[in-house]
Amino acid sequence: MLGLDDISKMILNEVADITDEPDGAYNFRVNSQLAGRNTTENINIVSKENGSGIDIFIKPGTKGENLHIPVVINESGVKETVYNDFFIGDNCDVTIVAGCGIDNCGAHDSQHDGVHRFYVGKNSRIKYVEKHFGSGSGDGKRILNPVTEVYMEENGVMEMEMEQIKGVDSTNRMTIAELKAGAKLLIKERLMTHGEQTAVSGYKVSLNGEGSTADVVSRSVARDTSSQTFNACISGNAPCSGHTECDSIIMDSGKILAIPSLEANDVDAMLVHEAAIGKIAGDQLIKLMTLGLTEAEAEQQIINGFLS
Amino acid sequence: MGECNMLELKNLSFSVEENGKQKEILHDLNLSIDNSKFVVITGPNGSGKSTLAKLIMGIEKPTSGQILFDGEDITRLSITERAKRGISFAFQQPVRFKGIRVHDLLRLAAGKDISIAEACNYLSEVGLCARDYIEREINSSLSGGELKRIEIATLLARQTKLSVFDEPEAGIDLWSFQNLIRIFENMQKEIKDSSIIIISHQERILRIADEIVLLSGGTIKKQGSVEDILPELIGTTAAVDACEKLK
Repeated sequence: MLGLDDISKMILNEVADITDEPDGAYNFRVNSQLAGRNTTENINIVSKENGSGIDIFIKPGTKGENLHIPVVINESGVKETVYNDFFIGDNCDVTIVAGCGIDNCGAHDSQHDGVHRFYVGKNSRIKYVEKHFGSGSGDGKRILNPVTEVYMEENGVMEMEMEQIKGVDSTNRMTIAELKAGAKLLIKERLMTHGEQTAVSGYKVSLNGEGSTADVVSRSVARDTSSQTFNACISGNAPCSGHTECDSIIMDSGKILAIPSLEANDVDAMLVHEAAIGKIAGDQLIKLMTLGLTEAEAEQQIINGFLS
Repeated sequence: MGECNMLELKNLSFSVEENGKQKEILHDLNLSIDNSKFVVITGPNGSGKSTLAKLIMGIEKPTSGQILFDGEDITRLSITERAKRGISFAFQQPVRFKGIRVHDLLRLAAGKDISIAEACNYLSEVGLCARDYIEREINSSLSGGELKRIEIATLLARQTKLSVFDEPEAGIDLWSFQNLIRIFENMQKEIKDSSIIIISHQERILRIADEIVLLSGGTIKKQGSVEDILPELIGTTAAVDACEKLK
């Protein structure tokens, strides 16, 4: 496929479930270079003139199409900041699969800072899937600092699944969203840190239009000596409803700081937050052990379920 | 196999530390349970019934004494090892899991991948429609009664030689009393030589026992058939009539 090496293929499979050339539009970026691109009648991809990223144009009314934009880094010492802007017309229904994988076998840090800006048209429905993954045995760190900005017109729906389960040493992610009337944002974040990793995840969601809704749900597991910070703020600036939930399992010597916050600037804003941090309950382990699982197997099942 | 002691508890004692003092919950308890028996352990609150059930599964370890299962000393074996040898346990208060679905739990209980049809068999036995429940997470969206029935379904999926139920009827509505009894009967029929131990003080469950064991103050006060034991228990807290409770 596209003359990629085995590590790139492995990473593509890990972050975007791609084993072959995907259907629909795509843009592959490998070690800061364009490694393959396909556009369709409805989805156009254009490199920015200054070389800092790509602009993606999705025509109004585009339905049932997929767009893949994975990023692979497998050289040590690569550092890049990339700006990808998505201009999504009205009345679309499109799935966008992003994702970044870093394989670092060298001594230098590799870092990808991706800035994704989505302009979602009226009544459009977008599913966005983003997976982050790190591998490689080098001392150089694998660093990912994504910024995601979502600007939603009336009655748009954006469903975001963001997952970082393994191998990323340091991440500082920020997601900003602004919603007009009737727009709906659903975010599902899954995060696991291990070793000495650090992760910061921040959300700032502004519900600006009447009837807009947001549901930000994060589940995370902190193992070993890793640490996480979850900082989610939902602002209700109109009659709207918002919910944020941060649910974490802490293990070993992990550390988790959860700072959910709500800001109501309208008497009809209905906002709820929930946050819970705790270790795996002893009775959960015991129950699974009575089914014949070892303690380690029970722990794995509980984590797999929790992060599913 | 015929008559053979499946489970033997020898001089079993269990104590806990309370306010710096040792408090004995079970004292020098001896009990044998044969193959193909339906045994109900009853007794007043605080008599040590649930502790005894937990000692059999390995959830608690005895302070002294011995537990033999099929002739093997399992006193020092872990919960997992006991489970693998054929002991299963239904919790009085079933555990909730975020993200683990009913189908997952039944699969783990069966120790293999099971089809929806098989899962459906177990669930319909406990009066739940598989279509409505199989994909449900075992979280706080399920009621206590639903959890209790799913807990029993996991034991059906386990198919073990010895099943221990800690107050299976608690929290289940009266609908299920007859069904519960039918489930126990079917379990024994389906698994050759299997025995069931139930911790309960419901008269209707006591009535169907092959053997009643009366526990009081951490020791066995009496053990025998329904005819021998039940008449003395009626009217005490060791044998509560379900309808009495509702009054």
